[in-house]
Amino acid sequence: MTKSKSAYSEPTKLGKEDHHIIVVWVDNEAGVLARVIGLFSGRGYNIESLAVAEIDKTKHLSRITIVTKGTPQVIQQIKLQLGKLVPVHKVADFLRNDPNILFRELALFKLSGSSVKLNKAKKLCKKYNCIVLDKTKKSLVIQITALRREIDKLTAVLKPLGLISASRTGAVAMTRGKETFIQN
Amino acid sequence: MPKLFSGAEIVFKSLEDQNVEFIFGYPGGAVLPIYDELKNHKSIKHILARHEQGAGHAAEGYARSSGKPGVLLVTSGPGATNAVTALTDAYMDSVPLVCISGQVPTHLIGTDAFQECDTTGITRPCTKHNWLVKDVNDLANIMHKAFKIATTGRPGPVLIDIPKDIQFNKGIYKIKKIKSSQKINGSQFNKINSKDLDKFIEMMKSSSKPIFYTGGGVINSGPKASKLLRELVSLTGFPITSTLQGLGSYPGEDPQFLGMLGMHGTYEANNAMHDCDLMVNIGARFDDRITGKIDEFSPKSKKIHIDIDPSSIGKNVNVDLAITSDVSELLEKLIIRFKEKNKNFIHSNKQKTSKWWAQIEKWREKKSLNFVNSSKTIKPQHAVQRLYELTKDQDTFITTEVGQHQMWAAQHYKFNKPNRWMTSGGLGTMGYGLPAAIGVQIAHPKKLVVDIAGEASILMNMQEMSTAVQYRLPIKIFILNNGYMGMVRQWQELLHDKNYSESYTEALPDFVKLAEAYGAIGIRAKTPNELDDKIKEMINSDKPVIFDCVVDKQENCYPMIPSGKPHNHMLLGPEDEKDVSDEGKTLV
Repeated sequence: MTKSKSAYSEPTKLGKEDHHIIVVWVDNEAGVLARVIGLFSGRGYNIESLAVAEIDKTKHLSRITIVTKGTPQVIQQIKLQLGKLVPVHKVADFLRNDPNILFRELALFKLSGSSVKLNKAKKLCKKYNCIVLDKTKKSLVIQITALRREIDKLTAVLKPLGLISASRTGAVAMTRGKETFIQN
Repeated sequence: MPKLFSGAEIVFKSLEDQNVEFIFGYPGGAVLPIYDELKNHKSIKHILARHEQGAGHAAEGYARSSGKPGVLLVTSGPGATNAVTALTDAYMDSVPLVCISGQVPTHLIGTDAFQECDTTGITRPCTKHNWLVKDVNDLANIMHKAFKIATTGRPGPVLIDIPKDIQFNKGIYKIKKIKSSQKINGSQFNKINSKDLDKFIEMMKSSSKPIFYTGGGVINSGPKASKLLRELVSLTGFPITSTLQGLGSYPGEDPQFLGMLGMHGTYEANNAMHDCDLMVNIGARFDDRITGKIDEFSPKSKKIHIDIDPSSIGKNVNVDLAITSDVSELLEKLIIRFKEKNKNFIHSNKQKTSKWWAQIEKWREKKSLNFVNSSKTIKPQHAVQRLYELTKDQDTFITTEVGQHQMWAAQHYKFNKPNRWMTSGGLGTMGYGLPAAIGVQIAHPKKLVVDIAGEASILMNMQEMSTAVQYRLPIKIFILNNGYMGMVRQWQELLHDKNYSESYTEALPDFVKLAEAYGAIGIRAKTPNELDDKIKEMINSDKPVIFDCVVDKQENCYPMIPSGKPHNHMLLGPEDEKDVSDEGKTLV
């Protein structure tokens, strides 16, 4: 075999890829996350971030928020394939730059260094709903909530100020206004 | 206090309530309580396979030929992993299967116990849904939901993993009713609206080069769908082609039928697909063996797609009108509406499509299924044709393995009824045909069941001959024996500079003696002269038969679209072989 060109793996017409937030309401039962995630990995879809927790104790409902990237055709497939899973109740899909959608990620930063540096770091975090969770003479644990790119930026800026550990959640999303998402 | 039943009893009570008559299986440590209970349920017969994969394919053959779900019972660990190929096969080809597997006792799960494996984890991607039963009181509900999921929407396999302690534990047998409106597996049925139907009819009316492209969805929708399809095709006068899985939904010898399409489809079917201005896809999924190069797939046509699975729509090919629906449900409404307003459609439309039909006749004249026959060696195509001629007077069921023989069977055996043709299309499982034939014969004890096989495929599940003999199932294994893994050899010849790497089986068994060793009948045909008599001998035998049909070693399967080519670039015979591009060589 000389060439490694393949009509299947290299489609000539590749659509534009966009970031989407997929929100999935599922029965909170054993293996449900594995079903959702397995579908993504098995069919070669992307997962950039993931957040999941039970949102309704009596109905055992969990809400999974997945940030993914794909062409319109791939995003459509993701939604339809998710819809086929038995424990899935509904699937919502939002473009990341949709102005009607609110996104937040939470991050914890641990910094260690001189008080000058720590104070500087605290100042930088201020506009991101900064809460100091733990404080010693030489260290700080700070919680912020912000958008992913803001946290990315902040992480870079905090590095020289003594950032030694970071922990982040995946994005969670909510629509603006009084409407909630209803599957049509 | 409601009556309590053991988990094993609940399994059988559920099977009885689901009117299950046969289960295919193989016992083992983790499933013994269920096997112990078998004797108390006379209405259910267990068919003992020789390998869990064989049990699985037998259940598939049973399901596909009867329209009822197949039930499979296996033990934990290797029992479950051996069933995975059959489950995946059923998943790809939309066959309803309910697999019950034993599991190690609950308290041992996760300890790497003897014959433990993560069965639900392993089978998650190859089932519609699966369950690990943790409480015996859930078991009845799970059992009934399993049947519901397997048989509704796009059918498919499900698996219930039952730990051994749950099989012993006592619990209640109470079933929560599943609301019919409840979403099962994404198949919320679209209400078919009249706007869509009108658009459908409008598109058919304005087309001058139409074609119906029908698939396994028609078969899965039940015999009624095939009837309705025939009515629609005769009402419109349009040509029709079918996928491998759809064969039988429309009569194979009807003049409006162009034969199978796709990689080894007929010249007329593929060219008609390429040049049409309207493609009506009914219950097919634009599989890559059908479309060829997707960018050049039927470039000038408007497309209609009917599929019960919403995720099939727009997956590979974008269409102009998509309807998520069961085939019979849609066809019934469509035909009523069509008849209301278009009483004389076929006459008024004749003019419009006459040029199209003339073009199709021109393509037909190529006689793309022709081959050079021989008086010395048996040509495999000739063998299939003779088999067809000698069996077409009775209601014959055909299963196949995978490879050249499968394509020759699809090309040269003509089907007139649905559910008569069982072949592994999506997964392409060698070793499918023999066990599938067993399942078919179980469902249709008096009918003639023939597995058209290759000598390589048949060895993959040869052990199931023993099952056929045990249950006195007179299946006929018709081996087109060319000594090669023929399809592999064909690709190597055409695309890999005739480097026949590992595609020749040096040491084949003597199939006649092998048949006799199993307690079956062995027949061998070596020349065209003796072929008919030997085939008749096979048909007239009331025992299982292995027919060793020694065929031409070099014959290739034509016509063929090399991978990466569009429909109108077909190889019709050996003289076209140089036409394969480097790009095509990289594809399977």
